[in-house]
Amino acid sequence: MYIIQQLINVLQLGSVYALIALGYTMVYGIIRLINFAHGDLFMVGAFISFIVATYLKLPFIPTLLISMTAVAMLGVSIERLAYRPLRQAPRMSAVITALGVGLFLENLILVFYPYPQSVPILLPTIVWNLGGISISFLQVLIIGLSLFLMLILDLIVRHTMVGMAMRAISLNKTIVPLMGVSVDKIISITFALGTGLAAVAGVMYSQAFPVIDPYIGILIGWQAFICAVVGGIGNIRGAMLGGFILAAVQIMVVAFLPSTYRDFVTFTLLLVILSFRPYGILGKPSMEKV
Amino acid sequence: MKITKVKTEEKSNARGVAWYLRDRWEAIANNRLMLPILLMVGFVLSFGIPQFNLVNPYVQIIIMYIGINIILTTSLNIVNGYMGEFSIGHAGFMAVGAYVSSLLILYVFPRSLVFLFFPLGVIAGGVVAALVSLIVAIPSFKTRGDYLAIITLAFLFIVKSVLENISAIGGPRGIVGIDKLTTMPWVFFFTVLSLWVIRNFIHSNYGRGVLSIREDEVASRLMSVNTRQVKFLAFAVSSFFAGVAGALFAHLLQFISPRVFDVLKSTDILIMVYLGGIGSIAGSILGATIYTVLLEVLRPLGMFRMVLMPLLLVFLMLYRPRGIMGLRELRWFVPIQDLKFVKRWRRKKVVNDANSAS
Repeated sequence: MYIIQQLINVLQLGSVYALIALGYTMVYGIIRLINFAHGDLFMVGAFISFIVATYLKLPFIPTLLISMTAVAMLGVSIERLAYRPLRQAPRMSAVITALGVGLFLENLILVFYPYPQSVPILLPTIVWNLGGISISFLQVLIIGLSLFLMLILDLIVRHTMVGMAMRAISLNKTIVPLMGVSVDKIISITFALGTGLAAVAGVMYSQAFPVIDPYIGILIGWQAFICAVVGGIGNIRGAMLGGFILAAVQIMVVAFLPSTYRDFVTFTLLLVILSFRPYGILGKPSMEKV
Repeated sequence: MKITKVKTEEKSNARGVAWYLRDRWEAIANNRLMLPILLMVGFVLSFGIPQFNLVNPYVQIIIMYIGINIILTTSLNIVNGYMGEFSIGHAGFMAVGAYVSSLLILYVFPRSLVFLFFPLGVIAGGVVAALVSLIVAIPSFKTRGDYLAIITLAFLFIVKSVLENISAIGGPRGIVGIDKLTTMPWVFFFTVLSLWVIRNFIHSNYGRGVLSIREDEVASRLMSVNTRQVKFLAFAVSSFFAGVAGALFAHLLQFISPRVFDVLKSTDILIMVYLGGIGSIAGSILGATIYTVLLEVLRPLGMFRMVLMPLLLVFLMLYRPRGIMGLRELRWFVPIQDLKFVKRWRRKKVVNDANSAS
């Protein structure tokens, strides 16, 4: 019983991780940039939902949609203003720019909300009891909605023209424009999708753990980045897998060991995985040419 | 820096203050005597400032932080700049150095002779940090780029988690009551030591190996560079000085806890490296100094300081993607043989070009 209860927790945390990791992996796959600001966009999503729910008193679905749209717009404009001019620059200057953007967002929110804020609960607190296992409506919603969004994303990437263009750009960026695909537009769409998913994760995270502060972005963002790498960065299914694996490890460690060992066990395991599969679980080693 | 002879003659009528300053600067930059002079001035000042209180104690502490940050930045520059990897775990090595040295000095060394044992403690912190760097160096044989970045990040989290879980060394509360042993002469000594060692390392055979790994790892292996040895050495030197800086930092702050050495600390060091320019010792010095001073100058802005700083960084990156110095190096930091070699190579090239033209 206890194990099954924990498994539900794993699914809940894992879907949040996976949603954020998807953004990391999509952006990385398409422009080879580790978007360190992504975790902070997740945090901005949580804060926008907090603002909308507190001051406008809107119900859950409009809050979610507003947060998604706002964060997607923010993500696209960050790409337009900060990353696009650096596309020809050395890779690491773009990464440092991303770090700078992330710090900027964090500290900007910190100026307005220096103390942790409690988010109003927007969902009915129904808890079902199924033979000793308790599942809340929120958990069902988080798991269901994220699986649904991941499915949609997978369909978009695999079966639409936009998705085909995305995959093409990640394979070869110089040829694609010659085929009449607007690379800039596709990259913008990728950012919109990725950051929109991060906003969903942010809203749901703030509903599940209703005290938020500007540093949740660092905390969860880096974990999600690790999920993306464990799954094989640039690989969308890998990011989902990585999210659930990391959540499983973390929750099981907390369930059976003292909770302070969580980071130690998680990251040691990460080192072990990477030393056996240096390119992640589903990643393919890239050919090195001389 | 090198081509202006012709230009200055042409523009000698029209040249203004800017040109004059530029010429003066070039004369200084090309004058190798300046480096010993500067060292002597720094040496005297490092004793004189605390002795006669030339500046107020607050500024003295800032100057010491600048020194520590220069050590951190230059040492990270070995891995991130010269070797072309992306390490996010530098604060982890710093933490190891800080903990080892402060524990040694608090509990192992005799209390009465603590002033004599302080440099030993600092070096010990560096040595342990260099040994710990094996955890990162061994995976780096196989993995590169972003995966190595993750390994260094994981290393940072592991160090933090281990420190938090050992209650004998304070656990999450950290160590309090460290003596204030970091003084300006020591900071000056260790800064100069680190700059000297790193500059010589980069211009040694191993250093050439490090550069060749940045340009192309497979090709450098084909040229019989022992990449494993080189990587191992680069990580060891880099983390040794991170440990030294951590030890100095601990004895300046007088309080350490695992929370001090988190990702944000690493990000700070990264920002200083890329602000100054990768692969340039002069750039590292400049980056560390500018970042530290700017953070202090902007202090009256309060919370907005931390909003403005990243914005400035983003704008710098947009307009100078390679940092302030780029890949350029001040001539003071290039050994004389290398300069001669470059000169000879240029002359040869000129002759060859002339031959091929005729």
